[in-house]
Amino acid sequence: MKLKTFPRGIHPPQFKELTAEKAIQVMPPPEKVFIPLLQHFGSPAEPLVKKGEEVSLGQMIGESKALFSAPVHSSVSGKVIAVDNYEHPGGNLLPTITIANDGRDCLCLEAEGSKAPFSLSPDEIRQRVRSAGVVGLGGAAFPTAVKLSPPKDKPIDTLIINGCECEPMLTSDYRLMLEHPEGILKGAELARLATGAERTIIGIEDNKTKATDSLKKHIYDFPAEITLLRTKYPQGAERNLIFALLHREVPRGGLPFDVGVVVHNVGTAKAIWEAVSQGKPLYEKAITVSGNGIVEPKNILVRIGTPFQSVIDFCGGLKEKVNMLVMGGPMMGLSQWTLDAPVIKGTSGVLAWTSALIPREYNCIYCARCVDHCPMGLVPTQLAKFVRYERLTEAENWGILDCVECGSCQYICPAKIPLVHWLRLGKNKIASLKRKKSA
Amino acid sequence: MTNNSFIIQSSPHLRDKESVPKIMYTVIASLVPACLASFYFFRFKALVLLLSCVAACLITEALFLWLRKKPLDSTWDGSAIITGLLLAMTLPPSLPVGMAAIGAVVAIGVGKQVFGGLGYNIFNPALVGRAFLSTAFPAAMTTWIPPVMAKVNIATFATPLGNLKFQNAIAQGTLAPLKDLFWGNVGGCLGETSAFALILGGIFLLYRRIIDWRIPLGIFLSLTIFSGFFWLSNPEKYASPLFHILAGGLLLGAIFMATDMVTSPITPFATWIYAFGIGLIVGLIRLFGGFPEGVMYSILLMNAFVPVLSHYIRPRILGERRKK
Repeated sequence: MKLKTFPRGIHPPQFKELTAEKAIQVMPPPEKVFIPLLQHFGSPAEPLVKKGEEVSLGQMIGESKALFSAPVHSSVSGKVIAVDNYEHPGGNLLPTITIANDGRDCLCLEAEGSKAPFSLSPDEIRQRVRSAGVVGLGGAAFPTAVKLSPPKDKPIDTLIINGCECEPMLTSDYRLMLEHPEGILKGAELARLATGAERTIIGIEDNKTKATDSLKKHIYDFPAEITLLRTKYPQGAERNLIFALLHREVPRGGLPFDVGVVVHNVGTAKAIWEAVSQGKPLYEKAITVSGNGIVEPKNILVRIGTPFQSVIDFCGGLKEKVNMLVMGGPMMGLSQWTLDAPVIKGTSGVLAWTSALIPREYNCIYCARCVDHCPMGLVPTQLAKFVRYERLTEAENWGILDCVECGSCQYICPAKIPLVHWLRLGKNKIASLKRKKSA
Repeated sequence: MTNNSFIIQSSPHLRDKESVPKIMYTVIASLVPACLASFYFFRFKALVLLLSCVAACLITEALFLWLRKKPLDSTWDGSAIITGLLLAMTLPPSLPVGMAAIGAVVAIGVGKQVFGGLGYNIFNPALVGRAFLSTAFPAAMTTWIPPVMAKVNIATFATPLGNLKFQNAIAQGTLAPLKDLFWGNVGGCLGETSAFALILGGIFLLYRRIIDWRIPLGIFLSLTIFSGFFWLSNPEKYASPLFHILAGGLLLGAIFMATDMVTSPITPFATWIYAFGIGLIVGLIRLFGGFPEGVMYSILLMNAFVPVLSHYIRPRILGERRKK
């Protein structure tokens, strides 16, 4: 059988065997949690608690009225000891609520689940998802409630559940599919009801057939189907996944809504189910702790706000000579400079490397590998040159804003040019120019 | 472990093992069969030319890098060695070493470094060197000697293409047989003789995915169509397409020179145009031009079009609306 896929893309080494067979282990909550008010795409939440206040597990401690936002919740019960700037995995200092854990995990009383989740109206589902602070758990952390609210003039026919986990090293989505297939399918069904889609397609790469088997055991209760996809990076990138499964192209600058599709990650689907049926806010998530710098690589269920130091200590600590720490996957993750930064909703993994090197950079030799592998059909080397020489208008004409920063070009580049760095810089410069113009 | 010792870099954190020096040395390895063939046919003369060109290229490269205050270890990235080898491959075996070295200096200096070094040159450096030599020393550049094992009259010796053009070889029945062209028992530049050795290197490069298969294929196709048309209309006057592909520098050019990454286009469609253009110009020069051979000028001419092709022919971006 010919497996579905998208054009171009790359085949990086997987390194999934480090953690693929390790069941998700529950990590005990740490003594202190650091909960940033911005953990998602959009506006930061405003703090609802003050220093010295007692909070319970799952209590909403930050909220925003903006559409593109999500509330944050306490991941332990205890006392607020600071509302101040703190290290954020994004690399800067951001407003963060620090809570000292009293160890009792007193559940917040507001939390209440629905006894008949499938008979709720779309609005009720969205409301519950929004107040539970659910965001996309694939990495981009886009507020899920927004994705469940398609505009009226754009009918949705297909819901895609993204079980690709195309990032090397990460296995937490895979473990979720093995261990909680029912939660994922039920969450997917709720998402389908909320968006009004007719069918659900679950896309899984063909290196995770066990996950397919696990989901298949329960799938007959739902209007959902599973499609195996070729193992290729970035299969799980939204636009490429939609193309692979449906042969539809999301227009440039548009959203999946424009082609009648909504995509949710498997972890998000499970979070939707828990939010609606149990009233459980998003205060913990499954992540992969891996890499050759971790003594005992694991998949763990960790409270949001747990510092990386505690996460790594729980996995046996760092090996000697570790010189690179990354939050997220190896292809799109963020380098970390401190172990103090906390796990946030968008954290999919914590990775550590020993003896990492920044390779020597050569001049571009126009080998065209970046062009041959860019999943978006761009010319990365030319875009990088435009940014280098401040020719931003040309960069925009050549499609720099279509770049999804998947890193395929830089992975494949024999001259070891930091292409993604240049492209990101260019995108940021263009965005700030536009802000200035409109202001 | 202090926090300061973490590497901070933009994603991705995984890199492919391929690197610029690795690609360059793979190309060098692929030239080994052709080098061995040239030793076999021209013995000591071939060795001296190859070594002097490579040495002159390396010295020039180092000198320019030093003048431009660039890291000197770039000398050893392999690209200068390739230029040296390829330049020597395009020279007649009897060329004096001094002339060859001058060609190498021009190749690296004028052909590559004045543009900004590796990756910035518009024209294939080895061919720039050769073009300079054939203008500066036209006599020496068209004096040919036969391979050591051939029993022919040295005074009137010419290349198969020269015979075809100036001696009316088809009518005389002196056209070189395809078998000799394939194995290399004919006169010509160092690297032009043995088609077999060049194809061997080409297969290796295709297998390692260093060269774009479209370029050799496009050149063969367009030259076959062009020369085939005239051959079919008058086989008494024109040679067959297979003769044209095996004779002269076509294989060397199509496999090793037109495929130079720096001076060839980056998108598939532009690559087809580039390759067809080369094949067509080779055919025009060989059949109707003043020279017996046209590979060098055809590649240089199409090199000049690459920036234009790269500017106007871009891949289609995912989600781009087709024009209605």
